[in-house]
Amino acid sequence: MTAYLVRRVLYAIPILLGVNLITFALFFAINSPDDMGRLALGGKRVTAEALEKWKSDKGYDKAYFYDADASGYARITNTIFFTKSARMFVFDFGTADDGRDIASEMHARIWPSLAIAIPTFLVGIACYITFALLLAFFRATYVDFSGVVACVVAMSISGLFYIIAGQYLISKLWHLVPISGFSGGSGALKFLVLPVAIGIVGGVGASTRWYRTIFLEEINKDYVRTARARGLAESRILFRHVLHNAMIPILTGVVVVIPTLFLGSLIMESFFSIPGLGSYTIDAINDQDYGIVRSMVFLGSFLYIVGLILTDISYTLADPRVRLQ
Amino acid sequence: MMPFKVVILWTDALLFLLIAAVITFCIVVRARPHLSQPWRYVAHSKQGMAALVFLGFFLVVGVLDSLHFRPRLVVTDATQRATFAVQTLSVLDVVAAPLRTRTEKTYSAPLATNLFAKETLDLPGGGRERIFPRLVYGGAHLTDPHTDWSTDVLRTAAAGLGVAAIVWNIVALLVTGFVANTTGRRFVQAWRAIWHDQEAVPWRVILISAAVLIVVLVPMSVMSVKYHVLGTDKVGQDVFYLTLKSIRTGLVIAILATLVMLPFAMVLGIMAGYFRGWIDDIIQYIYTTLNSIPGVLLIAAAVLMMQAYMGTHPEMFDTVEQRQDLRLLFLCLILGVTSWTGLCRLLRGETLKLRELEYVQAARAFGVSDASIITRHILPNVMHIVLITVVMDFSGLVLAEAVLSYVGVGVDPTMISFGNMINAARLEMAREPIVWWSLASAFVFMLLMVLSANLFADAVRDAFDPRIARQVKRGGIAMVAADS
Repeated sequence: MTAYLVRRVLYAIPILLGVNLITFALFFAINSPDDMGRLALGGKRVTAEALEKWKSDKGYDKAYFYDADASGYARITNTIFFTKSARMFVFDFGTADDGRDIASEMHARIWPSLAIAIPTFLVGIACYITFALLLAFFRATYVDFSGVVACVVAMSISGLFYIIAGQYLISKLWHLVPISGFSGGSGALKFLVLPVAIGIVGGVGASTRWYRTIFLEEINKDYVRTARARGLAESRILFRHVLHNAMIPILTGVVVVIPTLFLGSLIMESFFSIPGLGSYTIDAINDQDYGIVRSMVFLGSFLYIVGLILTDISYTLADPRVRLQ
Repeated sequence: MMPFKVVILWTDALLFLLIAAVITFCIVVRARPHLSQPWRYVAHSKQGMAALVFLGFFLVVGVLDSLHFRPRLVVTDATQRATFAVQTLSVLDVVAAPLRTRTEKTYSAPLATNLFAKETLDLPGGGRERIFPRLVYGGAHLTDPHTDWSTDVLRTAAAGLGVAAIVWNIVALLVTGFVANTTGRRFVQAWRAIWHDQEAVPWRVILISAAVLIVVLVPMSVMSVKYHVLGTDKVGQDVFYLTLKSIRTGLVIAILATLVMLPFAMVLGIMAGYFRGWIDDIIQYIYTTLNSIPGVLLIAAAVLMMQAYMGTHPEMFDTVEQRQDLRLLFLCLILGVTSWTGLCRLLRGETLKLRELEYVQAARAFGVSDASIITRHILPNVMHIVLITVVMDFSGLVLAEAVLSYVGVGVDPTMISFGNMINAARLEMAREPIVWWSLASAFVFMLLMVLSANLFADAVRDAFDPRIARQVKRGGIAMVAADS
């Protein structure tokens, strides 16, 4: 298993390099540093000197990938790609356009993001699996049918609707919790309830239906028939045997999400003005801050790959038949 | 001389191309029983056909809105050279001309006769008063809105219902005539068969869905001649008109993004599965890399770049519509390029399985070339996966448009779309009393579109999924499905 993990980690390096290349190409394929400088300095009437100064200040006055004039390693290290993108491999994200250090900003913002993401994730999964088990328990009855119809309707509603309706009803009409905002410590609770609840409700349709499909596939297998033939109660079959055996498909979808929880939710955080990584990204997109977007893309890919490796490890824990080699 | 100049925007051209492709596909499929069989299951599914009626309405609106032209301006100078308006219109704009042109000053509630906000007006006899001014167009024919409004609204609604009844009867007559013609029965018999749901195709459900659609839409259109049925927005535009215009944006995004995604997914997926070896390694590497970038972020970064590029190259487009259209096209491209990985992986897996089957092995033993094995044997046998994915992705893309436009990386901010409507209306939630109508219209129409797409997708999946066993029962088809 150790050998397997080492191989997976090594395999992650070319992928992250590819991610960096893609984002790098995205930035410079259609916008040359000159274009960016003009945009940053504003307007068309930018003097050549001002442009050169901007480029050397920001470090864009270098070759893209390979500097033939330099000597030794500097041919590769003294390029835009190396100084801007490759440095991210050691989590050196550089500074944002407003001069602040991106890495320390991320450190500060990761906690509000997690405060929303983790409860949404855990409570959500518990709810969805419970609903799906209920539907599977009442399968082929009107309970099941109306449940599925409700799921399809729920997943057809735009996520924005849940947020807007929730904010209006609960915060504005009933004054139960503040509309938006965030504070540290125990005061955070009243700000977190609404986004977490809406996050859970927003995913209920698609997730419940998905888990229900998994359970129904499992319920038609032989071991369930055997269990029934031996006279086990339906509830015991469902909640013990089926749930346990459905763990592999459930883990496939769930574990990979865990690391990306750190990224926060773009939409939720900006609607509820929570100072997390999601709203950081949105602000960066609106301010056209390339440095932050690039760092978030890198971080996101890194966490996704961690998620894939974690998924493999979780298989061995859930199913002793699985061996990684 | 032509009174207008036809304008074909990029997205129009692609949309028409796609419609032509779908028609060709239908003709090809019709002639081959083994290919048309699953579609017959779809045609026999009640939920599928009911959803199709609604989808058909959205499609018609979208196509009408894609026929663009620039009207000719009245020529007054001596040269007699035709000059065309800067504004590009669509056929839908002409049909809904009263809705488009009759803009009020600002917000007004649905069916209102007065503005939503108080204004200070100079009275004729001197002095000033703060009142809700009358609308310029909505209910302008009423002399005294206080007494006449309710009776006039009811009367117009009743007239609209009357028209709706006539329209539905015509539809029902046409359908019955069609059924009578194809089955060789007399008209009355055909009607009875439809009404007792004895036909294989659920015509009764289709007629009922059509009735629902007609009963809602026709009176709304009739009333929209005199009123703003769904109110007006901040700059006084009719919300019903905005909603109709948003349909095309949603459709184009969902359809074109799929169109962009398909070639990537199909070519790369089948190649990876069929050739294996280093080709497989490279393709797997490409999609794992793309997949590992969080979707929204990749889209955001790409749109950000495109925005900057379009900002520095304003000479690429003559009219606002062209800029909007180019941006829409870019968005579709980006959505397509970021969303092919899932289908690619499915196709790779299926092809890996298929290439080991006897008939493919036999073909290879006979010396059939790789290209013809792929097109003759592999491609037709993975088409069901492609179809299921395409219909399943449709609704997600419509919903994605709204979210992306909200984040600021969606369609052009001046373009009429569900996302921009929601975004604009959201800022007015703090008003007291609240302006709810644009938000509600956008959400309801979007829900209808996505729901019918989802239901249709389910019907298609049920028909094509080989894991689902079918039983023939009472002439109709009953699905015995593990999942529904």
